[in-house]
Amino acid sequence: MIDKIERNSQRALAGIKDGMTVMIGGFGGAGQPTHLIDALIACDVGELTVINNNAGNGETGLAALLLAGRVRKIVCSFPRQVDSQVFDRLYREKRLELELVPQGNLAERIRAAGAGIGAFFSPTGFGTELAKGRETRRIDGRDYVLEFPLTADFALISAFKGDRLGNLTYRKTARNFGPVMAMAARVTVAEVQSVVPVGELDPEVIVTPGIFVQKVVPVSQDLA
Amino acid sequence: MIAKRTRDQLAQRVAQDIPEGAYVNLGIGLPTLVANHLPKDREIILHTENGLLGMGPAPPPGEEDYDLINAGKQPVTALPGAAYFHHADSFAMMRGGHLDICVLGGFQVSVTGDLANWHTGAADAIPAVGGAMDLAIGAKSVFVMMEHTTKDGASKIVERCSYPLTGIGCVTRIYTDLAVLAVNGQRGLSVIDMVDGLTLAELTRISGVALVMA
Repeated sequence: MIDKIERNSQRALAGIKDGMTVMIGGFGGAGQPTHLIDALIACDVGELTVINNNAGNGETGLAALLLAGRVRKIVCSFPRQVDSQVFDRLYREKRLELELVPQGNLAERIRAAGAGIGAFFSPTGFGTELAKGRETRRIDGRDYVLEFPLTADFALISAFKGDRLGNLTYRKTARNFGPVMAMAARVTVAEVQSVVPVGELDPEVIVTPGIFVQKVVPVSQDLA
Repeated sequence: MIAKRTRDQLAQRVAQDIPEGAYVNLGIGLPTLVANHLPKDREIILHTENGLLGMGPAPPPGEEDYDLINAGKQPVTALPGAAYFHHADSFAMMRGGHLDICVLGGFQVSVTGDLANWHTGAADAIPAVGGAMDLAIGAKSVFVMMEHTTKDGASKIVERCSYPLTGIGCVTRIYTDLAVLAVNGQRGLSVIDMVDGLTLAELTRISGVALVMA
């Protein structure tokens, strides 16, 4: 029987090692898998490359991971926020490398990795300093920049409901990067608000099919 | 006496030009104000980059749901008929040319419609681009909404942008506290309207670039 449910969140991250690349879902706080991030901090691994839309808010979640000194490099679109003080300080002290990617290119590079695309041409960023030195091409009169996929060893995402097969639904705008990150990583771990029996999720409304998910961690029953 | 538009009057002026049935993205900052002035008799669908079509106003105090936010990470509501989607689909709506209009803030716009609005290039500034570059090149029409001049009186409408670019030749119209300008590719800017008390000669002097009446 397939059973991807793992109630111990640290055990769900087994195999994570120094220097790995980790995608972390969320747009600001919405969809951020704070439970799994806390487990990652407890795993005591470092030199990580993190892919996220932002670079942490306040001193919890992703910001706490940065504060713990576990991250070498962050790939994101919008690090600067009113409460991104942890990132701001580490970046200014040159203790954190930043790869800034326009948000749509970030999402599509992640999607491309999950879809087995070798590279693609995007019009976003053409002629700007974020595309400096990159291969370009004019197609049908429009200019494009060559973009490469973004893969990861692990994706940590947050979903609403999940079952033991790894099927997931999301809640409102907390969906954001979850579905594409789930496709792109070698191992995807999803924290969910609740685990439901197989067959309860309507196949018409499953957003992430279980094939993309390796572990499902219920957040309310972690100590069970 | 030049009757400069207030921020709300500017938002109202932009809103006037958004037609019935349009799919629209309002950028963070000043453009967000446009939502308050959309004519009630038009059905206009608002898109937010983090995965929602059919965005409604902020919820009443106490009813905030932090799984339901806008691009500025503020709590919003979803109107009847709204749809949620993931980030790659959301940006396909921009890049794929499905959005009719986006309204963006600006640091500078050039006479040929280049836009600079993401980074001042200052050495100590932390760069952040978000969805600005995707919106700039993606929507069918790109409206830039900004003050006509900086606090020091320098024109934000320029021959060539000195700040790092967001997109090349991407702006359709410029809405400022003084005027509404159309971008006409290599043919330069034309004035659609200007506020009371202003002449074309005076607007040209303030702008520091060649202008003609539309």
